[in-house]
Amino acid sequence: MGAFTDRVRDRWATAPGWQRWTVYVLLFIGALLLPSESIGHFMSPYSDWASVLFFPVGTYIVLAIGLNIVVGQAGLLDLGFVAFFAIGGYSMALLGTRLGLNFWEILIAGVILSAISGVVLGGPTLRLRGDYLAIVTLGFGEIVRQTAENTDAIGGPRGIAGIPHPPSIDGVVIFGVDIFHYGVLDPRPYYYLLVVVATLIIIFVKRWEKSRVGRAWAAIREDEDAAEVMGVPTFKFKLLAFAIGASIGGAMGVVWAGKTISINPNDFLFMLSATILAAVVLGGSGNIPGVILGAFLVAWLPERFRGLSEYRIMVFGAALVALMIFRPEGLLPSRRRKAELAEGTGGMGAMGAEVPDPQAHAEPEGAAK
Amino acid sequence: MLLEVKDMHVHYGKIEAIKGISLEVAEGEIVTLIGANGAGKTTTLKTISGLRPLSSGSVTFDGKDISKLPGHKRVLAGIGQSPEGRGVFPGMTVTENLLMGAYTRTGDFSKDLDEVFELFPRLAERRNQAGGTMSGGEQQMVAIGRALMSKPKVLLLDEPSMGLAPMLVAQIFSIIKEINNRGTTVLLVEQNAQQALQLAHRAYVLETGRVVKSAPASELLDDPQVREAYLGGELGAH
Repeated sequence: MGAFTDRVRDRWATAPGWQRWTVYVLLFIGALLLPSESIGHFMSPYSDWASVLFFPVGTYIVLAIGLNIVVGQAGLLDLGFVAFFAIGGYSMALLGTRLGLNFWEILIAGVILSAISGVVLGGPTLRLRGDYLAIVTLGFGEIVRQTAENTDAIGGPRGIAGIPHPPSIDGVVIFGVDIFHYGVLDPRPYYYLLVVVATLIIIFVKRWEKSRVGRAWAAIREDEDAAEVMGVPTFKFKLLAFAIGASIGGAMGVVWAGKTISINPNDFLFMLSATILAAVVLGGSGNIPGVILGAFLVAWLPERFRGLSEYRIMVFGAALVALMIFRPEGLLPSRRRKAELAEGTGGMGAMGAEVPDPQAHAEPEGAAK
Repeated sequence: MLLEVKDMHVHYGKIEAIKGISLEVAEGEIVTLIGANGAGKTTTLKTISGLRPLSSGSVTFDGKDISKLPGHKRVLAGIGQSPEGRGVFPGMTVTENLLMGAYTRTGDFSKDLDEVFELFPRLAERRNQAGGTMSGGEQQMVAIGRALMSKPKVLLLDEPSMGLAPMLVAQIFSIIKEINNRGTTVLLVEQNAQQALQLAHRAYVLETGRVVKSAPASELLDDPQVREAYLGGELGAH
């Protein structure tokens, strides 16, 4: 499998622009054709396939792409990513029910609010590294959920109901689907909306990856001190990664809440952060096709095998463990990630690596006395 | 003076690692800091390059006080560092590593790359190899070459001989000499005192966070105390 993916990758790297664009367009059309009845029976025998495609599959994919910026690109372990999804969801719910703004206005507001919350979380905490950062972000995820649960003004534990749908444009019917009609019954228009949002996000993320910003993230992930002495403003770029990851999480929160009608704090449990992180690592942290594949599997497998009831999560856990033993770099890792793993940094940059705490540094200094 | 450190104190938490170090590096010099493990050599270098904050004292570079300047801005001022443990980016190729060194600059770097490849022909052969898959000596070459890509006025080198075979150490040291001949000032931290003192113009001896001796390097080579402590005593006379 390794040799095959390497060949595909080499072929892809040298492919001319028109071939790449053809593949991109085909993938986009393929994504739009996915909610078809013909594969639905096989893909999702227990629940409506188009609904499953919106949540969890599509939602997980977008969240994983967002988290991948933070974990895969900048190498910062974030265990509280669900907080930004929650902030997006609550933005949609509150601004939609209280202020009567429409979906598109809220989408912009939600993205801005989540980006700000990303900066608020990152500002004081990004001076920490590795495990310490992970613990603080874990706390942040819980703080957001607990705050929502204990603030009666935003619904407390019951959450918010009656969230408006995106404004519909009726009458645009393609293959029997009213594609811009955002109602209660047909999930497909929401799925198409999600595909478009995801596509835009992927385009942005790809452009960032190849820019100076992407190079700076890669340097920070691989060796933060070395990046700083190369002249990379590491703190600024880490903050940027947090803000961009957060805004993608927030955008997904808005889109998701726009379909769901009602949300409550228990939609934003730590489990979701952990699942998305599993998707990123499983698929191949840092590589977008890998991350998409990982998120798809993590979302789809438990739905597909719903018939096994409780056992499905256990089987899923065993599958994850097996994968991490036999393919620790993920299903579709980037070539760079493989080299990082070979070096033994764990391939996660600062994840679990050196942590600058006073004691650890003081010991060798004091040892000479 | 190109680089001037005055009464620098650095703390890790409550523990004082550097207890008032003062040192000077003039333009065109090779200056070395020698001392045992834990003497504070690396901390001194990290504080000069901005990876560690200083608790008191000052660092002046090119006539400006840079004590409060963040590390990435000191690169712009003209300080280039090959960090402790080399710090090569493992997932980047040799060329990408070198280009990271030029991160703060814009324009065409092909001439600068050629210059590094001329100093280290070995890197030219391996320009598309990932940094993490190279040997220790090659990584050291990448680290030095990468620091040169920022066109520094002063090059800070943290134990370039660490973990290298004696042949390679000699080779790396002769390249450092060559870099200095081409006009770059060098501040070198070394445990390999013998080699460092032969290369440098001046030297400072550090012990538990203090400068205990400073003199022209050739004098220290003959200093009985230094011979005893760092050059293997009478055994080193051979």
